[in-house]
Amino acid sequence: MTPPIAELGGVTVAYRERLVLRGVDLAVAPGERVALVGPNGAGKSTLLRVLAGLVVPREGRVTLGGDPVASLGRAAIARRLAAVPGQAALPFATRVEEVVALGRLPHEDPFRGPRPADHAAVDAAIERVGIGPLRGRDARELSLGERQLVLIALAVAQAAPLLILDEPTVHLDLRHQVAVMELLADLNRRDGVAVLAVLHDLALAAHFFPRLVLLDGGRVVADGPPARVLAPERIRATFGVDPAIFARPAAFAGPSALHGAPPELTAGTGGR
Amino acid sequence: MSIGARSLALARAHVGRPARAPSAAVLALVGLGALACAVVAAVAVGSVAVAPGDTVGILLRSIGLPIDRTWSPAAETIVLELRLPRVLTAIMVGGGLAVAGAAFQGLLRNPLADPYVLGTASGAALGAAVAVLIPFRAVFLDLGLLHLLSFAGALASVAVVYRLGRGGGPFAPLTGLLLTGYAVGSLLAAGLAMTMFLAGSNLRQIFAFLLGGLEGASWLRLAFAAPLIAGGSLAIVARARVLNGLLLGEEAAAHLGVDVRRERAVLLALASLVTAAAVAVAGLVGFIGLVAPHLVRLVVGPDARRVLPLAAILGAILLVLADLGARLLGEIPVGVVTAVVGAPFFLALLRGTRSAYEL
Repeated sequence: MTPPIAELGGVTVAYRERLVLRGVDLAVAPGERVALVGPNGAGKSTLLRVLAGLVVPREGRVTLGGDPVASLGRAAIARRLAAVPGQAALPFATRVEEVVALGRLPHEDPFRGPRPADHAAVDAAIERVGIGPLRGRDARELSLGERQLVLIALAVAQAAPLLILDEPTVHLDLRHQVAVMELLADLNRRDGVAVLAVLHDLALAAHFFPRLVLLDGGRVVADGPPARVLAPERIRATFGVDPAIFARPAAFAGPSALHGAPPELTAGTGGR
Repeated sequence: MSIGARSLALARAHVGRPARAPSAAVLALVGLGALACAVVAAVAVGSVAVAPGDTVGILLRSIGLPIDRTWSPAAETIVLELRLPRVLTAIMVGGGLAVAGAAFQGLLRNPLADPYVLGTASGAALGAAVAVLIPFRAVFLDLGLLHLLSFAGALASVAVVYRLGRGGGPFAPLTGLLLTGYAVGSLLAAGLAMTMFLAGSNLRQIFAFLLGGLEGASWLRLAFAAPLIAGGSLAIVARARVLNGLLLGEEAAAHLGVDVRRERAVLLALASLVTAAAVAVAGLVGFIGLVAPHLVRLVVGPDARRVLPLAAILGAILLVLADLGARLLGEIPVGVVTAVVGAPFFLALLRGTRSAYEL
């Protein structure tokens, strides 16, 4: 069995006296695709930040690639885990390709700057995400959907084996939600990048992710394939809503459902 | 694979700079050439003109090249003892302010930041004004009480602003710092106004400091300021990648491998040190630190590895020329020249770039 690429064991996090995570266990295997779901305040974003070493847990063990996060420097973490930035307000006019090139910071020689390999990685990431036509544009003037693709390209250029995203589809229209999900699934399947994403849209999560982790009140309450995690009674208990809309087994993820936007998904999310 | 491309309209190049910017090395060489010309002009021109050929001869001979003396000893004294230290001080101060300005803009993620934004200016001004009131003339390395107190005042006020204004966690934006800088600056300005009210006949001396000027430049003062400014600026340039990481915000920088909390404190300290040293020898020279980094960004983009060195060269050129202008206009304060030239220029810059700068 391959060791997990990222692992939390018994992680408890408190902001002042408020417990945000309570004894969370989670292991992500190399090349896995995992969606973190759960109500607001469940601790999903905190979990990502613990993994990235930005929040130090009160108790528990956090490892990236087998090494404790606390023992790794920031640059070493950045080579093992790429985060798609949540917000991106740029103070100066910045070309899309310059934004993507920021992903090479953890790899660059601090004094000599980018090497040919770095330029090649930037070109490849732009090509991979399909934002070639945007290269020369000011990143501050993109639509939200375009911006999200640019930020994903930045993380791709970072070339880390694990990609984490915090609500990558928030504020996006349906077409861009699907585009982002397809891109993540494709990066995962073809390039073998492990993906751990916080998602609010349960339909998207169920459709595009083979494994869901449901957090509630700082605890993992369910972990497994969508059909099991999103059982109606659990949805009712966690979110307090009647989940009739989710009871559509055909929409749950299978490899064959990963191409294009199937009509069920469009109908399901559009009707919310 | 081009999932995204499907949904993307074909885009025009929207950033208003050439698709292939001239390489930074070429621009640096051009800049250094222009700086050399500016130096020769500034050393040659003045109430006693020295021929450009003689000026170059004196300068080259002073660095040890075997050149026959074809000029009068007086010309040599004027060039080497009066004008050269002044021009070199202008290079140091202009370059240092430009680097510090670029660093503050990047750190605060605010295009309107300048080296004085965190209280350095008001602290230095109050220190200088207080020094004018004290009837005691200590002199150390050609530096009077005024220079030393302005240096100390600048550093002290930044330290106070930093102590009061940080907080909100390591990844909180520095907006709090900016506002604290404004509040502390206002308080210090009140102290400055009171001091000026009490200054009586010494008011002119305070004004001279507030408006900036290089007429007091000497080799000894340069020996105090140059190591601080050059050392601090080089240390900032060596941290250019930190400023690049901060382009997308504090948390994104941390994800890109930057130790945000430590690097931010180090950069703030370095930029404040450079500013304080520049202010101590030249007073409050405005606009260089604001305009030079912006001009450079218009040509080469936001990459701090290119912006910082090129802004230093441009800042040096601008201040050498502004000081030459100030001398030719009868020793008016150089800060007046930089403001009169810089302010309209900056306005044009803001209007010309169609982007709405976010604050």
